[in-house]
Amino acid sequence: MPTKSIAQEYIKGLWEENPVFRQLLGMCPTLAVTNAVINGIAMGLATSFVLIFSSLVVASIKKLIPSQVRIASYIVIIATFVTMADRFLQAFFPPISKSLGPYIPLIVVNCIILGRQEAFSSKNSVGRSLVDALGMSSGFILALLLLSSIREVLGAGTFLGHQVMGAWFEPWIIMILPAGAFITLGILLSLALLIESKTKQRRSE
Amino acid sequence: MELIALFISSIFVNNYILHYFLGICPFLGVSKKLDSAVSMGMAVTFVMTITAVFSWMINHWILIPFNLDYLQIVSFILVIASLVQLVEMFIRKISPPLYQALGIYLPLITTNCAIMGLALLAALNNYNFIKTVIFGVGSGLGFTLAIVLMAGIREQLDLADVPEPLKGAGIALIVAGIMALAFLGFSGMI
Repeated sequence: MPTKSIAQEYIKGLWEENPVFRQLLGMCPTLAVTNAVINGIAMGLATSFVLIFSSLVVASIKKLIPSQVRIASYIVIIATFVTMADRFLQAFFPPISKSLGPYIPLIVVNCIILGRQEAFSSKNSVGRSLVDALGMSSGFILALLLLSSIREVLGAGTFLGHQVMGAWFEPWIIMILPAGAFITLGILLSLALLIESKTKQRRSE
Repeated sequence: MELIALFISSIFVNNYILHYFLGICPFLGVSKKLDSAVSMGMAVTFVMTITAVFSWMINHWILIPFNLDYLQIVSFILVIASLVQLVEMFIRKISPPLYQALGIYLPLITTNCAIMGLALLAALNNYNFIKTVIFGVGSGLGFTLAIVLMAGIREQLDLADVPEPLKGAGIALIVAGIMALAFLGFSGMI
């Protein structure tokens, strides 16, 4: 039932079905690790790795999995890739692994990944699932990047550790605290809704 | 004394939702009505306590002695999934009224990152058995506190005049932000 072209399949993850802003999935890591841009990027890449490879595996063995135990099978596949990502970060980037703490293992319960397996990879071909996973990952990285840039620039006056604000700038400590995460994401979500309703209005006119 | 401090801090200071950002999905999804928020909180506290016990046993009796700690993630998630299933069957047999009250929230808990987070954090901090259980109960109560407060606020919010794009998740997140600010006040306690 391919109704969308391959390009559309990719693009939809960026905006139309953006996992964070439109589907409200994967909120926990989005809020927790975006206090610095580097953490946001690391989290985004780790999640993408897990999403892309588990989509590939699920799409290629979907005929072998009995539907009664599919959720459990998906979880085991996802957990395998999460363990690989976790071990890799611990071995090669110990500081990042330390600052992300339990949130890398927690990718296993990220609803974006299980959601895509259930909604897409289990019904579509390997190629399509790959494109879909790539699109969703890009959308997720984009959202993390946006949120963490706002929080790091306002909360610490830095971007990727480099000073970007002048000496006059008094950092808004609140932005790197949990409260700042909730408020920033709340405002961004509302902005996304506002833009969406405005474009819809324009289209109907 | 240390145990009491851990209990209080896991409820207020290191609140699961407002400090660790775990369990945001049910926090936003099930906080529209006060009574369903209470049921969800009860279900989570219950499962968290049991998970704390079992994940500690698996970790310390099987994984660590056999040097299998790289299997932590896989085994914890499987334990949690099967535990939730077991608890569901058990409650249905033993106490149908409780089953009715918890209803659909029990299966939802499997994918709740708060439960997985509890097992991982307890393993990460190297808590002993008593501490793990206290941490589990305290975290569950903290989750309940946050979700019940949120539901109370959101019931009032229905009557307020909220701008169109802010409705739903937007305003809920901003309210959560203000609650997190208020909870910062507790951090001086411990």
